[in-house]
Amino acid sequence: MTSRVMVGVLSLAMCAALGWAVQSLPVRPTGLTGASLAKLPESGVTNPVTAVLLNYRGYDTLLEVGVLLLAIVAVWSLRRGEWPASDLHDRPLLMSLLRVVLPVLVLAAGYLLWIGAFAPGGAFQGGALLGGAIVLVMLGGLARRVLAYDRLLRAGLVLGVIVFAAVCAVTMLLTGGLLQFPAGTGGTWIMVIESAALVSIGLTLGLLYFGGRPNGDRLDSEHRRPAHHA
Amino acid sequence: MMLQIFDGLLLLVIVVLAWRSLNDRDVFRAVISFIALGLLIAVAWVRLRAPDVALAEAAVGSGLTGALILSALVRMRRRERAATGTRREAPK
Repeated sequence: MTSRVMVGVLSLAMCAALGWAVQSLPVRPTGLTGASLAKLPESGVTNPVTAVLLNYRGYDTLLEVGVLLLAIVAVWSLRRGEWPASDLHDRPLLMSLLRVVLPVLVLAAGYLLWIGAFAPGGAFQGGALLGGAIVLVMLGGLARRVLAYDRLLRAGLVLGVIVFAAVCAVTMLLTGGLLQFPAGTGGTWIMVIESAALVSIGLTLGLLYFGGRPNGDRLDSEHRRPAHHA
Repeated sequence: MMLQIFDGLLLLVIVVLAWRSLNDRDVFRAVISFIALGLLIAVAWVRLRAPDVALAEAAVGSGLTGALILSALVRMRRRERAATGTRREAPK
């Protein structure tokens, strides 16, 4: 009981410290806001968030896409995937819902990618929608259909990092700076990177739900069998 | 004034949901609280005028993480059931 009180006191102290920190923040932005907004017309996009993510700090985003790839590689190395709890072939309502929802999700993902240049949106948000679409497909009992395209899936998973790295190499050749886009072409480079990243992010997030690497011979068995050992 | 009340309620519900997602005895209800928490935090981000973060929080933080935790829960219960043998219902 005393430990609970201790935790409570510590939490309150933490809460007070955070509150004090927020209260003592300067009212006017003092950081790089002005500088980044001033350079916005040269970045190739009009949405400041996308400009920071893909232009000013493109290197960070490259590493983020790499982290996602590492995550799926780690999950695939740990275990084979299982079917989600149950196949839902016997739920016609869900199937007809999927028929309507899936095209809308794919369209919305593409829209978010496109609008990211001008307004809130971008590859991560669109990719998350795409991932959600894949999760829905798996919940609908169609995981086998998705996972049949094994090689295509693997290619899609690494596409983001490969295209991003290729853009790094090309921009280094063109301008001598890593991810330093030639003047006036920023928008095109950003769209190329984001399109590839969208595919990889969507596939990664969706396939993480499967919880392991796809494995042809295991897909036929509905129930987990402990017989196979690594 | 209305917005202040809204923000106050939002903060209150966020704290309550955070507490419940940590402390609810029924793990399933805790997970649902967590998903609702993510959605409300997305609303909070909108109120802070950060719609980019709100989109990411709603899609990744609430939607996909929620789906992942739910499937982990199903697997956990299946394993528990296999370990305890004949029990049909997952223990509450």
